[in-house]
Amino acid sequence: MSINDVILKTVSKAVVLIILTFGIYLFLSGHNQPGGGFIGGLVIASAFVLMFLSYDSETVSEALPIDFKKLSAFGVLLAMTSGVVPMFFGEAFLSQSFGYFDLPIFGKTELATVTIFEAGIALTVVGVVVNIILSISEDE
Amino acid sequence: MHLLILAILIPFIATALIPLIHKRTGALHIGWLVLLVPLVLFTIFVFQIPTISTDETLIQTVNWIPSIGINFTTYLDGLSLIMALLITGMGSLVVLYSIYYLSSSDSFPHFYAYLLLFMGAMLGVVLSDNLLVLYVFWELTSISSFLLIAFWYHRKNSRYGAQKSLLITVFGGFGMLAGFLMLHSMTGTFSIREVAAVMGQYTDHSLFYPAMFLVLLGAFTKSAQFPFHIWLPDAMEAPTPVSAYLHSATMVKAGIYLVARFTPTFGGDAAWFWTVTLVGLVTLFWGAFCAVRQTDLKALLAYSTISQLGLIMSLFGLGSAALHFGAGSQGEIYGLAVFAALFHMVNHSTFKGALFMVVGIVDHQVGTRDIRRLGGLMAFLPITFTFAVIGSFSMAGLPFFNGFLSKEMFFTASVNAAGLPIFEVATWGLLIPIIAWIASVFTFVYCMIFVFRTFFGPSHLKKLDRRPVEPSIGMLISPAILCVLIIALFFMPNLLGDHLLRPALNGVIPGIPGASPHISAWHGFNTELFMTLGIIVIGTVLFLTIRSWYKIYRLQPAGWTFTVLYNSFLKDLKRVSNWITTHYMTGHLPAYFAYIFSFFIAVSGGALIFTGALSIDLSADSPVSVYEGMLTAVMAIAAISILFAKKRLTAILLNGVLGFSIAIFFVLFRAPDLALTQLVIETVTTVLFLLCFNFLPEWTKDNASKRINIRNAIIAIGAGVTVTLIGLTVNSGTLFTSISGYFENSYELAGGDNIVNAILGDFRAFDTMLESLVLFIAGLGVYTLIRLKHGKGPDKDEHQ
Repeated sequence: MSINDVILKTVSKAVVLIILTFGIYLFLSGHNQPGGGFIGGLVIASAFVLMFLSYDSETVSEALPIDFKKLSAFGVLLAMTSGVVPMFFGEAFLSQSFGYFDLPIFGKTELATVTIFEAGIALTVVGVVVNIILSISEDE
Repeated sequence: MHLLILAILIPFIATALIPLIHKRTGALHIGWLVLLVPLVLFTIFVFQIPTISTDETLIQTVNWIPSIGINFTTYLDGLSLIMALLITGMGSLVVLYSIYYLSSSDSFPHFYAYLLLFMGAMLGVVLSDNLLVLYVFWELTSISSFLLIAFWYHRKNSRYGAQKSLLITVFGGFGMLAGFLMLHSMTGTFSIREVAAVMGQYTDHSLFYPAMFLVLLGAFTKSAQFPFHIWLPDAMEAPTPVSAYLHSATMVKAGIYLVARFTPTFGGDAAWFWTVTLVGLVTLFWGAFCAVRQTDLKALLAYSTISQLGLIMSLFGLGSAALHFGAGSQGEIYGLAVFAALFHMVNHSTFKGALFMVVGIVDHQVGTRDIRRLGGLMAFLPITFTFAVIGSFSMAGLPFFNGFLSKEMFFTASVNAAGLPIFEVATWGLLIPIIAWIASVFTFVYCMIFVFRTFFGPSHLKKLDRRPVEPSIGMLISPAILCVLIIALFFMPNLLGDHLLRPALNGVIPGIPGASPHISAWHGFNTELFMTLGIIVIGTVLFLTIRSWYKIYRLQPAGWTFTVLYNSFLKDLKRVSNWITTHYMTGHLPAYFAYIFSFFIAVSGGALIFTGALSIDLSADSPVSVYEGMLTAVMAIAAISILFAKKRLTAILLNGVLGFSIAIFFVLFRAPDLALTQLVIETVTTVLFLLCFNFLPEWTKDNASKRINIRNAIIAIGAGVTVTLIGLTVNSGTLFTSISGYFENSYELAGGDNIVNAILGDFRAFDTMLESLVLFIAGLGVYTLIRLKHGKGPDKDEHQ
């Protein structure tokens, strides 16, 4: 292990947390401000990529037992299911709805079904990006 | 709640649950839980009988994509109900049978997941009223059939049979889709009922006949009609419960269902009458003729299924003539054929299902299905023998079994048809009953072969793997129920006729209610009875003297079969596409870029010039600021420097400069979303580049000839010019009315301030969903290309 690795590892421990927080913030703020499922997913994916770069993949897989293939499949499934649900309420496939609710602590809050759809997109992006990079890096 | 939609969804939901529960069932066989699904559905549909038998219909709609006329409309009439009862009823029996048939080394979750998938898809086919929804379910049945045929995928023949069935049925399915689109372009609706209602105005339309033949192509391939029948014998590689369910009782009847469903649309036309009737008759004869020479019991049943499907098909063809006459005595006479078709469709499912289960028992208990190794099993398998006799005699059309009734009606219909005063039947009409009769003689012969070669004669116990005994009681229940039905339907046919067949008849040939007869076994000494007697006499003689005329089967040259044609077509297809691919897929990236950019210049540049969209008007553009000018200069320098870079690393970095400059442009133009995305994409791409860096070969200058270099330069400059021109043209004219006003209301319409996201997640959510699907598939592609390289597969599979 060279000295650069130590610096990289120490820095990434802190930075990954910041990037992940930023990614989740982007995801949630997308409705009214810049951000959204795709970009949020990409940022989260880049945090994972940084982890895989600074540590070897075995260590990360142990700490983070996620099968990214399944994650991407789950994302697509979630996006599609969120589109099917409105059909049970007589709406067209993929129609979104929203409403304003008075929640404790948060006050008047807008809740929108599009968030579920966006979550599906975000998970797909995370899964696919990390999966591609892992596949290529682990190829002998 | 929408009952019918729920009925379609239940099997799919159950399919999704199987992987979750199969490890938790403990000692309980998962089949018992699966059995609940068809049983519940069967009960639901049985409770619909009182409603439907009073000629009411159920229509339930759920919006799917209303903006382009695709709605999940389900429609239940007599015809759909018969099919739904067959699907769920046979489904229950087959699941029960399979619990005892499958061995513990088989993968139960896969088997039952595929089976339930099929059940849901098949219910979708028969209950949809929307053409496109029907098409989707139609292809889904082909896919689940593929998976089930290849269930024992380590066998080479299973994979071959699965591929063959998929290629042929999906080929027909594509044709059918084209036919559906033609119907839509003629009538402007995707609803089958509405199409049928207005089709009368379009019989002179230039698309009328193409649409008809394409829909028939789908039906004929699915129902294994001549010459597309060749996939069905190979489909027998599937486990026997699957053969009994998909490849005799339900899926192969989807094509027949389609013909019945479209009879109100196309029926009464001479082309429809002749095509359906002739294809049906040829299939009937050829299937029966080929069945006699088979030595594998399942292959015999496969050809017999082909033949019986041809019989039903030809009946629907003959019956369509009734629509030419409409209500009245003549319409009623010819409409009888449709009634016979519906009746025989039910009967065929009962006796063929029973026979397949018999073969399954023989195979399971004796270890072979080869007629040459079987014989004398009556002493060992007396119960199975009884089932075999009931099933075969019903198939042969002998009295006291339901097959007799529908076979007599078939003869009546064919004799009636010979005297049809329309469609120029008079010249060739007599051929119809003659072909029907000859084919029935062969049917009689192979039914006798099935019973006598298997259960009588000397037993070849020495050749058998083990001494046969009757199977456990569970395996006998399903065929027993079917055999009871076979006999019950002979004695009480009008129970079925009045409650199910008559309403179904109204769905196929509407407006002729009198065509539904009172079924009776005895009509006096008429032509039909003498035809049956003749079959028994001639058939017995032929069966006893089979050795002396068997050599006619050698008259057909060995290479002259449709299977040989199919195989050589596949081989040639592979060879030619291989030849084409090797000529343009050089593995040389610059060549690929040359293709892509030439195509881009031709299509986009061409469209720009030929549509007259090219008009550059810069007067309304905002002035170029200093920053933008500087940034453009930086990008231009970086881009040109790439051409002269000596090292790959330099080129990658220069490329990065381009990417980040674009991000800055987005910032300047106040598009923070795009700027963010661009930045992250640049970062991730750089990581990918670094990962691949070690694997890439030495970066050498391309030693291409001067000619190629000049060609590439022209293409590169052409692409640049095209993009620039498009960029300059975009603002100068509006070809369509602007939709931006719609998007500006995103806060009211979608509840979000961020227009970009409102478009992605709400207004154009369909695009986004499909894009994420593409991304997912691309990810799987990368994974499989890298991880599952050739030669890493399990070795236990049989190879070519």
